[in-house]
Amino acid sequence: MKKLLLGNEAVARGLYEAGCRVASSYPGTPSTEITEFIATYDEIKSEWAPNEKVACEVAFGAAVAGARSFCAMKHVGLNVAADPLFTSSYTGVNAGMVIIVADDPGMHSSQNEQDSRHYAKGSKIMMLEPSDSQECLEFSKMAFTLSERFDTPVLLRLTTRVSHSRSLAEVSERVDNGLKPYVKNPQKYVMVPANAKLKHVEVEKRILEQTEFCEKEAVELGLNTVEYNSKKIGVITSGITYTYAKEALGDNASYLKLGCVYPLPEKLIKDFCNECETVYVLEELDDYIETHCKKIGVNVIGKEAFTLLGEYSQGLIKKVVLKEDAKSVTADVNIPPRPPVLCAGCPHRGLFYALKRLNVTVSGDIGCYTLGVAKPLGMMDTVLCMGGSVSGLHGRNLADPENANRSVAVIGDSTFIHSGITGLIDIAYNNTNSVTIILDNSITGMTGHQQNPTTGKNIKGDPATAVSLEKLCEAVGIKNVFVVDPYDLKETEDTIKNALSLNEAAVVISRRPCALLKTVKHKPALKVDKDKCKSCKACMKIGCPAISMKDGKAQIDFTQCLGCGVCEQLCKFDAICE
Amino acid sequence: MNKSIMIVGVGGQGTLLSSRILGTALLLKGYDVKVSEVHGMSQRGGSVVTYVKYGDKVHSPVVGIGEADIILAFEQLEAARWLNHLKIGGKIVANTQKIDPMSVVIGDAEYPEGVIESIKNAGVEIYTLDALVKAVEAGNPKSANVVLIGAMAKTTDIEKDIWLDALKQNVPEKFLDVNLKAFELGYNS
Repeated sequence: MKKLLLGNEAVARGLYEAGCRVASSYPGTPSTEITEFIATYDEIKSEWAPNEKVACEVAFGAAVAGARSFCAMKHVGLNVAADPLFTSSYTGVNAGMVIIVADDPGMHSSQNEQDSRHYAKGSKIMMLEPSDSQECLEFSKMAFTLSERFDTPVLLRLTTRVSHSRSLAEVSERVDNGLKPYVKNPQKYVMVPANAKLKHVEVEKRILEQTEFCEKEAVELGLNTVEYNSKKIGVITSGITYTYAKEALGDNASYLKLGCVYPLPEKLIKDFCNECETVYVLEELDDYIETHCKKIGVNVIGKEAFTLLGEYSQGLIKKVVLKEDAKSVTADVNIPPRPPVLCAGCPHRGLFYALKRLNVTVSGDIGCYTLGVAKPLGMMDTVLCMGGSVSGLHGRNLADPENANRSVAVIGDSTFIHSGITGLIDIAYNNTNSVTIILDNSITGMTGHQQNPTTGKNIKGDPATAVSLEKLCEAVGIKNVFVVDPYDLKETEDTIKNALSLNEAAVVISRRPCALLKTVKHKPALKVDKDKCKSCKACMKIGCPAISMKDGKAQIDFTQCLGCGVCEQLCKFDAICE
Repeated sequence: MNKSIMIVGVGGQGTLLSSRILGTALLLKGYDVKVSEVHGMSQRGGSVVTYVKYGDKVHSPVVGIGEADIILAFEQLEAARWLNHLKIGGKIVANTQKIDPMSVVIGDAEYPEGVIESIKNAGVEIYTLDALVKAVEAGNPKSANVVLIGAMAKTTDIEKDIWLDALKQNVPEKFLDVNLKAFELGYNS
């Protein structure tokens, strides 16, 4: 039966059909839905792990124990999981193991545009790349087969457009071959130097075997495909870019589509290039396939005609290859930009307003609250990576201890568990007067509401052990731990001010569940009494999307307002009321 | 011959549900369909866009500049923002609702006057309606997305029964009545 499946849903379906038994992931756009869909299958033990390194190690442990397993993450998550990734290439697996990484060309929801194909080459782990939902499903299944055949984890690389596009895919029944027997084998699984030296020899041999596989068998399996049409133009491509090329060039070009992007074939590419007059390598982000082509001595056109930045499109390919420009209409309108903002009722708003009043330097982190960088709040000085706020603040305060009482770190509950806790241990152990604010909204927000170790629920929404943030901070040696409600502006500001004055490390937990959670009850929308409103715009200082000025007076959009009452506290004229 | 539809709006307006209903309807009609959404950061009140493409065989899931046959705009400014994606001769179905972007809220920019007129002046066929008023009439302001799908449905060659089937497949049972009413109000507008 064919179904219209989201790419991520098709991946989940493929893993399920292949008999996957264990899944461990950390959420990250655009990979999140894979594991959310997996959680709907009772046959698979699934979980949200505290971070990607843990997820990868859990999947590894399960694969060694004999269960087909996977972990999924966004591109930057693979940086966190890089340690187990590289060495699992040496140990290999018992049952199949798939590591899914979703890149984000164009940075729809990411802090960089890294090309994870380099990880495949770096770790010498085979990498498959589907171009639509049908291939997401098929390649996921194939990944398990190849993992077991070549005794290696297999990487499955997605990009935003593949993960978040729906297209038709043929679904079938699950085949579960049960738990594969585990046989103790320290030479294989214990990577001390003596064993690892022998394993490295095997890894290099495996790559040669896999390259041979890519030349011929992968073509027979439909993993790598060659399609000859007009031979004036040849296109070497993979993933989503194949669909752009097909739409732009149709039968006016021939295609070598590489479903396996590591290792890359040599003869297959050379033969294709010999058949075609002019060959383009079409690939988003880095010149990964192009570099390989040039290394094996074939003449291709790549990044000199295209770009290392952002996403490709059929329009771009038509423009460069066919010299055809798109025709379009424009209206004579000056259009203000509309970037994302903190939602109406967002508990982070009150916290950032307090920080603005205190005029502190803010070491920021990854999550919804990164939007605190935007005007009118504008309260973020640095954002680097998951967990980087806490250790970054420690570094700032080591460098400039005089200003430690004017600097804070902000980090969400899930991000704190992910990798903020290690920074806090550093603060306690190496003793800076750093003030860390944990924005505890009781959920992993930005990726669309996933449970985490602090929420008291597991991936299926069932009760689970909850980490107490207060006790955790105390246990690592933080003596001053405060909890505030960020809807209460005065309490929030006073508490942070006090924490900054202590000349000791402190943690402030700003606690209030995400306003979008279904379990959160809202008060009725607030209204502005136009007679009382003096048009002072004090309520506009918090950047709430529900408040705007109309005919010189503030007005509140009833479809957005959740009655949080933060603006009410700013109005000196009692003009905002229920 | 493949066709392309874009659904544009502001994060939180329910464009994703509309694209699912549309995708289902096209599938029921027997087309090959691709729907491309962007999740994550864009949900938070930012400008959002969903691409829906259909025909005998669809390759690329995205719609580029000058490629859309129809733009369904949930908000005026968003219709203008994505106008360059419209094919010459394409049409727009637009909600007249205005939502101020943060730059306007804080006084850094102005919400432009006469957006719809400017689009008309560019020679584009545009049909407008106040979906929010109709959604309130249907019983829930959140059903504005279904009002808009109803309004667009009328401009396509897909039978009404198919649309209603698609609606039923994508809306939870308890909200079905409101949404059926919202669809009718859009369809008959």
